[in-house]
Parts: sequence; structure tokens; C-alpha cells
Amino acid sequence: MTKKDLNVPDSKGHFGPYGGVYVSETLVPALEELAKQYELIKENEEFKSEVFEDLEKFVGRPSPLYFAKSWSKKLGGAKIYLKREDLNHTGAHKINNTVGQILLAKHMGKTRIIAETGAGQHGVATATVAARHGMECVIYMGEEDIKRQSLNVYIIKILGAEVVSVKSGSKTLKDAMNEAMRDWVTNVDNTYYIIGSVAGPHPYPKIVRDFNAVVGYEVLTQSEEQMGKMPDLLVACVGGGSNAMGLFYPFIEIAATRLVGVEAGGLGLDTGKHAAPLNAGTEGVLHGMRTYLMQDEKGQIQETHSISAGLDYPGVGPEHAWLKDIGRADYTTANDKEALEAFKELTLVEGIMPALETAHALAYVKKVAPSMNHEETIVVNISGRGDKDINIVANLEGIEL
Amino acid sequence: MGRIKETFSELQKLNKKALIGYIVAGDPDLNSTARAMELMVNQGVDVIELGVAFSDPMAEGPSIQRGYERALINETSLEEVLELVKSFREQDKKTPIILMGYTNPFQSMGSKVFSSKASENGVDGILIVDMPLEESSEFTKQTRKLGIDIIRLVAPTTSESRIKKICAEASGYVYYISLKGITGANSINAEEVKEKVGILRGLTELPVVIGFGIKDGLTASSVRDLADGIVVGSAFVDIMGGPKEKIEKELSIKIKDLSQALNEI
Repeated sequence: MTKKDLNVPDSKGHFGPYGGVYVSETLVPALEELAKQYELIKENEEFKSEVFEDLEKFVGRPSPLYFAKSWSKKLGGAKIYLKREDLNHTGAHKINNTVGQILLAKHMGKTRIIAETGAGQHGVATATVAARHGMECVIYMGEEDIKRQSLNVYIIKILGAEVVSVKSGSKTLKDAMNEAMRDWVTNVDNTYYIIGSVAGPHPYPKIVRDFNAVVGYEVLTQSEEQMGKMPDLLVACVGGGSNAMGLFYPFIEIAATRLVGVEAGGLGLDTGKHAAPLNAGTEGVLHGMRTYLMQDEKGQIQETHSISAGLDYPGVGPEHAWLKDIGRADYTTANDKEALEAFKELTLVEGIMPALETAHALAYVKKVAPSMNHEETIVVNISGRGDKDINIVANLEGIEL
Repeated sequence: MGRIKETFSELQKLNKKALIGYIVAGDPDLNSTARAMELMVNQGVDVIELGVAFSDPMAEGPSIQRGYERALINETSLEEVLELVKSFREQDKKTPIILMGYTNPFQSMGSKVFSSKASENGVDGILIVDMPLEESSEFTKQTRKLGIDIIRLVAPTTSESRIKKICAEASGYVYYISLKGITGANSINAEEVKEKVGILRGLTELPVVIGFGIKDGLTASSVRDLADGIVVGSAFVDIMGGPKEKIEKELSIKIKDLSQALNEI
């Protein structure tokens, strides 16, 4: 691993062999323009302070780094710290990105916002900033996800956005993204597409990473203050990978800190019913990027399965693919059952109810913390809160709410 | 001379426009596609574009999405599409065939394997929708070596300087996307197309064809004078998805309507 390996993406959006701009010609100029505008504005002091102001006063940053004393004691090993992104306005890390991108959209003179969403958190975060800035907003969501995340669907509607039910393909996040791209190619003149993860064509993986990196930068400072050192291990769940990338990014050059991403193991990797492209996928091209994908031997994208809608995605951000290949980050899985157990355990022991996505990261912490000593520290990203999942959990227990 | 070049220069001599017909290979099954290809040629289609089905066709409208889905019910693979071309070639040595699709199935087969099979079986060109100039060099190096044309797209959003770069790397013909949108959309504007295609023509010697949003004689005649040919996709795919017993008749009616519009004086 060299310095050059870490200075990614290059100007064409490549993270080693991954990333890039695999889109139809109509969108190439729009993406070039976006990349150009973003590079210009991200160094602009006025823009930076506008973003900072919103993160502080609208989102409620910085989010605390909370020492989970009881859970650490229960697991009997490393000290576990929770990065409380669940306390953000709208209840997840997704707002960090939408606050930034909508300011970019305004700067570019766009009047209409579109987004895709899986669990609905990015849909809520987008509809929220669109409401605040008085912009028209359309959210694309798979029919299946609309069923399992009805609470968020209603919130998005109250926020004044239109929810379009996507009925093609597997009717989940990947299909919502296809449909959002089709909207964008049609309305490219006045519309800004806020992608919610570190996925899609360049420059999105970079933009979304940069706006989420505030999480990792805060952890740098907070670790110094609260632990007097850098954490030994960072853990985050990975679907598209935005909360993990935001946490990991400022630590990539800090070699003493291990980085572990946790994918959705679903019903188990051997069943094929999972959403773990980094663990069990192969290289390919989807949604404008080259990355690891869940695909069959003929290059068709496979349907995925996860208990959590937010991880139910057959691809992964290209920077994660690159971090895996160069050995800077490790990627493992937690299955549905382990995630559910971790969901309950954190709620019971710490009084903090995590999202089912986050619970995958917690399931790994449960496994690894006991094998570490008391001096070692783990920071796990509590990427979102669990209220939205309460119906799913209740259903699994046979309870009707 | 390759089949694409030959076809366009013959048509030019006759002062005629090319009718390019698109259907999805394997929609609703490979036998139907084979029969439709033969019929299309007999009725006056000059070039056939064969869609290679993919699970996530980002640039397609509902008609072609459904065509892809029908083809994927039978798990139609790129391998089988190449076999289909091979058997078509046994009967028809003249009609150019272009495979049109998305990067992943092609790259899954690998550029070397694909290129040699495609060239052996009689494929004349490829058009990979989500593989723009910047991302195509590795794949197209192989195909180009074996004489397969790389058909490039130019869009309403493409700048003049970018058109130059694209044309420098294009062969066969250049495909102008007539509107901002997905295949089969309704918003074609002949005036806008005229302006942009005018610029494009000044920058390339290759034949220029216009596609997206051309579905009948009326839309065809609105742009025919601007280009060397037109591409019709969604309208044919809709017919292929309809009742089986009506496919032949409806294809013939559609082709007749389009041919008349292209060649009436």
C-alpha cells in the first residue's frame, strides 16, 4: 500500500480498477459538470461555512462518542464506544450527505431534487432538506421496501415529497436507483439527483464520502479527548457503504487503527440469500460503477436478501472494493439472526435501539470484543436509530402492532 | 468492405435511408426472435440491432424493460444470442447485425472470448449503452482488432468538443439520441434534432442515424431528411410482447408504415 493507493479517486473517478463513469452518453456531460462544480465549491469558504452551520444547527452535530460501559462490561473485553449518528436530525447518518448535496444543487441552479431510497432513511433525509429549501422533491422507492418501511414512506409524504413506487425487477433499492437514473436522464436540465450512498457513477462516491467524513473527523478528535489515543478498531455496517466510508476515511492513513466493514449475511452466505458482494461477489459493472457485485455467471444481477432494507443491495461503493483489495479494510458478515440478537442486546443493555442495519455492525462487535483486552478500544458507528424497524422486529416475533 | 459500410453505401447510391430495427434477443423466446429477424429483413429492414438482455437496463423505457424481462424469464444469455446470430448468418450474409446492451453481460464473458465468437458468428458491431468513451478502451481494443464496429452514441447534451472525441473513436455509424430521456419516450423535437445533427454531420464522415422516440411513420418522417437512417426499437418490442399469432402481421404493417415514411417523395 503506497501513498498513491490512498489518493483516490483519480480525476476520472477510478479507485484502482473500480469506480468510473459507466452511464449512457446523455448523462456523461451532466456528471462532468457536477464533478467540476463540486471541485470548485468544496474549497469555497462561504460554502464550507454554510455546510458547517447546517450540520451544527440543523442536524445537531457533533454527535456524541458514547462509552458503552455496561455493554463493554457484559462482553468482557475491549472498551466499546458508540458514535451516535442515531441522534442526528432524522435519525441517521444520511442527513450529513443530503445537507451538503442540496446546497451544491442550489449552487448549480437546480430546482428539482430526486433520490432513491431503500430503508427510507435517505428518502426522509432528502425530503427534509428539500422541504427546508423549498424545492420540489421526488423519491423513488421499491414496492417491496414501501411495504416494509411504511412509516418512512408516510414521513416522506408529510414532508411534501412525492414517493414513486418502483415495480420493476426485484422492486427494491437497486431498482429504485435504476428508476431515479431514468428520471435524471429525462429531466437533466433542472434536476439534481442526490445519491444516498458512496455508490453510482463518479463523482458521487467521492461527494457522498466527503460529506459523510465529518463522522470520522469528529471521531478523530473525540478519541483523542476521551481515550487519549486512536481507537484500535472501527466497525460499521456496509450496504452501499456510506456510513462506513464516512467513519473510515479520515483513518485510512492511521495504520494502527483496524477498519472492519460488516455486510448483510442474510440467511447465510452458503444459501445465496444475502447481500454480501465483498464477501461472496465478483467484479462487475452496475449503476455507473465497476465494483464487487452479486451476479450470476452470465452477468445478470442477482436478487439479494437481508432483514434490513438499507443493506439489501447487490453492489457496494467502489472505494470499499479498493480498500478490500489493497488490504486496508477487512469485510465480514453478520446474518439476520445475529443482527436481530444484537439489536435486542444493545437496546436492553444500553437503552439505545439501533437500526437493523447498524445491528449488523454490533453483531460483529459482540464476536470480536471479548477476544480483545481492556486497554483496547472499538468505535462502532450507530448509523441510525431503530424506530423504523420496530414493525419488522415485532412481525418476526409474531406480534401485530 | 464490412456489411455495415456496404449497406449504407448501397442505400446512399439509391438515395434511400436505412431502416434499423431493434428487438430483444430471446423475447419472448429465441425461435420467435429468429423468425422475426427473417421477416423484418424480408419486409424492408436494412440493419438489425439485437438487444442483449440485462437485469438492470438503466437507459430503457418501459417497453424495452419488459422485453428484457421476457427474455430473462428464459435466462437468455449472451452465449445464446451469439448462437442466434450464427444461425441467422447461415441464411443471410448481407444484413448487418449490431448487438446492443449493457456492460456487465459482455464483460462477464470477457472481451477476448466475446470478440472472437462475435466475429466468427457474423456480428458486425456492438453498442454498449453504459460504456462511454472513457471506460471503453480495454473492451473495444479486442473487438476492433477483429473488425467489429464500435457504434457510439451522441446525445443532445454532448458538447461539440466531445462529439469530436467520440467520432474519432467511432466506426460503422454514429447513433444520435434524439431526446433527453429513455427509449420510447414521447418528447422528440425535430427542430432541436436538426440543429444538433447538423453539427454532428460536420464532424464525421460516418453515416449518422437517429433513434429514441421514433415509433411510427409520422415521427420517422419528421427526422428522416436529417440523417442516413432511423432506429425503431420500442414499437417493435411492443409487438414482440403482444399475442404471438399477431406478431408477423403487426411487424409487417409497422415496417410498411415506416418504409413509406422514409422513402416517400
